[in-house]
Parts: sequence; structure tokens; C-alpha cells
Amino acid sequence: MSNKIKKIIDRQGFVLADGATGTNLFNMGLMAGDAPEMWNVEHPDRITKLYQGAIDAGSDLFLTNSFGGNASRLKLHNAQSRARELSRISAEIGREVADKCNRDIVVAGSIGPTGEIMGEVGTLTHEVAVEIFEEQAHGLLEGGADVLWIETFSAPEEYAAASEAMENVGADWCGTMSFDTAGRTMMGMTSADMAKMVTGMDYAPFAFGANCGVGASDLLRTVLGFSEAGADRPIIAKGNAGIPKYVDGHIHYDGTPHVMAEYALLARNAGATIIGGCCGTMPEHLAAMREALVSTPKGEKPSLDMITATMGAFSSDNDGTGDTPVKQPRRNRRRAH
Amino acid sequence: MSEEQDDIILSELSDDELVPQIHDDLYDGMKEEIEESVHILLDRGWMPYDILTKALVEGMRIVGIDFRDGILFVPEVLLAANAMKGGMTILKPLLAETGAPRLGNMVIGTVKGDIHDIGKNLVTMMMEGAGFEVKDLGINNPVENYLDELEAGEYDILGMSALLTTTMPYMKVVIDTMVEKGMRDDYVVLVGGAPLNEEFGKAIGADAYCRDAAVAVETAKEFMATKHNQLSA
Repeated sequence: MSNKIKKIIDRQGFVLADGATGTNLFNMGLMAGDAPEMWNVEHPDRITKLYQGAIDAGSDLFLTNSFGGNASRLKLHNAQSRARELSRISAEIGREVADKCNRDIVVAGSIGPTGEIMGEVGTLTHEVAVEIFEEQAHGLLEGGADVLWIETFSAPEEYAAASEAMENVGADWCGTMSFDTAGRTMMGMTSADMAKMVTGMDYAPFAFGANCGVGASDLLRTVLGFSEAGADRPIIAKGNAGIPKYVDGHIHYDGTPHVMAEYALLARNAGATIIGGCCGTMPEHLAAMREALVSTPKGEKPSLDMITATMGAFSSDNDGTGDTPVKQPRRNRRRAH
Repeated sequence: MSEEQDDIILSELSDDELVPQIHDDLYDGMKEEIEESVHILLDRGWMPYDILTKALVEGMRIVGIDFRDGILFVPEVLLAANAMKGGMTILKPLLAETGAPRLGNMVIGTVKGDIHDIGKNLVTMMMEGAGFEVKDLGINNPVENYLDELEAGEYDILGMSALLTTTMPYMKVVIDTMVEKGMRDDYVVLVGGAPLNEEFGKAIGADAYCRDAAVAVETAKEFMATKHNQLSA
């Protein structure tokens, strides 16, 4: 694990990560459909402001503005040749902001999924995926990222390809998946499956966890799932600030700073060490989360009922882990999935 | 996988056994077996439309139910849709020749500003898997793209997808423009995407919000059945 992260955990027992990138940038005028990564060169002042906002709110770590900065996603904007450059600059801006701060700040180079489907009927091969991630990883490291951070993945194949790329560049890395489908990732992976996958990796991440997904309740259930599967490394929780609601022609996340503070405490009690927000999480949420984490001692692991009582209902009855009977597939199947 | 089940010889099954076997093979995403079974039924004199509806569409309906219920996930559904496609490739020219009724035609695309297309691609695959014709407009579509395509072809359904909370309100722009042009009632408008919900679908004037690809297929089928009933009434 990065020494910086270890030092922060030893000192305060948790790492406060950052909040939303997209929501913050849209508030600064990013137009829907535009690639946020272009702002690294077009509006570096706004990216500085994004990072600074998290630091000023008390974050110990922030993710770079490079989530869609891989060749596969940039291709949609005809900028596939700029993956390394745009990623590098996102980290350079981050390095500069972090180094100006008088406490330890971790610059985590964000790597999002390719958006392509891998596996038997997919369009993306393992080799090409590794190449795509490696190119972006080089850029982020050149720009001065302390660690690399894979996020919002749903396919184990893609997570494995990213791991291989991390090994090829020798990066210290962590990675989260998004559990948004009946408590699993879109590709059907459960929290327990992920914990097992991570432990068994040749070039394993120093921390793993969940980001985005449905609401804070589901994300906390996933974190509990990691703990119960015997996670042997720090768990990351990066949940959305509530659930988006459509009010008078615009979108509003219903998670208040108070709700996110409750979420942060529950996440730590559930076993998470690196805690932040995702979509809808603004600096005021982060400040409330920090305040709560600092002023409240770590408590008992919450039960599922305690989570729903505080944060609201889950999106599905079960998440495919534990003893909950999962409905049986059909008869006469010729191959086991 | 047991030895016994590997030994199934499709051509030796009676029609009553073969149809459920097709359902199972679709469920397991076995493309070659599906193609073989479609040929067997054609050789036995089945009408292409009956093979489509009783064997393939019914099989995909079962896949859709288990996808909706969180028993199957995207990788299995993609395999099933791929197997279905194998069968459809054989049936498509024959369906046209025999003048079989069409299940429905759809235009689909993610709305302006939205470049996230996995959900939309899944709906396209599932809709095609269910026997619908789908014209995929891709990502980032302004209102003209949808309207021009609807006017250019014979369509029944418009599907719009958005993953971002910042882009989903654009769906209302498209629907409002359809109303202005007096073409709203000619189409069933279905909307979907992670941040949406039923309330949002109603608020913007869509016919239905579809939680996932399986629900999209079921909803489209219901609307098409209502439409056929109205036409024959």
C-alpha cells in the first residue's frame, strides 16, 4: 500500500476520499455530452477548483478528472489519440494542488471502464483492454498520481485486464465496482465474489470496494458483504448522495449532508476504511462526513435492519450472498453458468 | 454438465419435446443447437412464424423473466440473445416470404448529451431477441435524429435511453416536439436508464418507463398487442 495512505489510516483510522466529479463539473458549466477530460486542457482552473473543493472540505484523497480518459471512451469524442496526454495533465493538475496543501493528500488516478463488453460474445479482447488501461496508467503516473484507482467496473474480466495493466506499469492500485443490479454488478458479480476475486489476484489491489450503484443503503449492504466474505485488505465505500429525483425540470439528489454523514459512519462501522461519495456528493457533504467521522468513535457493525432504518430500503430483497435462498434456475440445462 | 444431457439428439425429439428443448437451449445460449432445431422444425413443415413465436420468442420470454428477477445477468442474456440471433438469421428471409405479421418496429438511441450506451445496447439485443426490428441510432441524439427516422420508416415504438441525470430531461424535449408536430399519438414512447423511474416517465409524457431490458420487451409486446386489437376491432 502507498505509504501516504498507510500513514493517514494509522493516524486517523480512515481515509476520507472525495465526492462527485461529474456533478461538480456540471455545476461549473460542463455541457452534457462533452468529455470532462477535455477540460484538463481547456479549463485547468476549473479542474483545480474541483480538486481544491474536496481538499478544503477535508478529503485526504481525490480522484483525477480522467474517468473517461481511456482510448475507448475518448473515441466517442474523436480524441482516442489523446488518452495518455489528457490523463497525464489531469494528474499534473492534481499533483500541483496536493503539493500546495500542508497535510498529506493522495492523488488517485481515476480509470473508468472502457464501455465495451468483454467475454464470449463481447467486442473487446483481453489483450486490447490491457493495452488501453496501460496507456492511461502511463499518463497518470507521468503526471504524478500517487496511486491508480479503477472505478465503476462491472465485469470481472475487465477488472482482471486492468490488474494486468497495473502490473505492467508497476502501479500501486485499488479498484471499485458498481453494484447496481439486484445487489450485484451488471454482469452478475456479488460482493462475496469480488472479495474472493481480489484476494486471488496475482497483482492484487491494496484496497477494493464499491462505488456509485443505486443508493446508500445498497452500497452499505455491499460493504457488509465484503466484510463477511473475510476481506483481507482495506474496503472502499463511495456511495451516491441519495437517489436522483426529478423536480421542476431539473435533477436533484435527495441525500443531504446530514444523510451522507450518517452514511459515512455506517460505512466505517460496516468495515470500510476508505470512505467517500459518488454522484451528487458536493464539498458540503464531504465536510459533514469528515466532521462525523472525526467526532464519532467507530461503532458496532450494523445489521441490515439498522441500515434500512437509517438510509431507506434496499433495491432488491437479497444481493446473492449469504444464506438467502436464491431462486433456482431452470431444469434440463446443458451448461452451468 | 452431465453425460446424459450431452447425449440429446435433437432430430430424435418429437415436436412436443423439441420446443421445450429449444427454450432450454436458448436459456443456455447454445447457438448451434438453436440453429439445428430451427432447421429441424422447418423440415417438419412448421411455419416460420410459428417457430419464431412458439419456440424462440417464448424461450427468450423465459430468459427475460429470470433476468428481471435477478437470476440471470447480462453475460447469460447476451449469450441467449446471440443464440436467438442465430435462429433469426435463418427465419428472417422466410418470414418475409410468407408474409408473417411483424411483431413491431422500434427506433432507439441515447439522448443528446448522453454517451453511455451499454443499457441501450442491451435493450436492442433483447428486443431483437424477442423478434422486433430495431433501428439503433447510437449515442448523443438530438431531437431531429429521432423524428427524421420515425418519419422515414414504418415504426411503432420510440425508445430513449439516458444514464445521466443531466441528460434525462432531454427526453421531454423530444416528446414535446412530437406533440407539437402532431405525431406523438402515432408511437409508443418507452424510456429507460439507471437514474429514471416511473414517476419521471409519467412527468415527461412517456407511455412507460422500463426498468430494464426485459421489462422493455414485455412492455413493447403489451403495447403491440393492444395496437393489434384496436386495428382488428
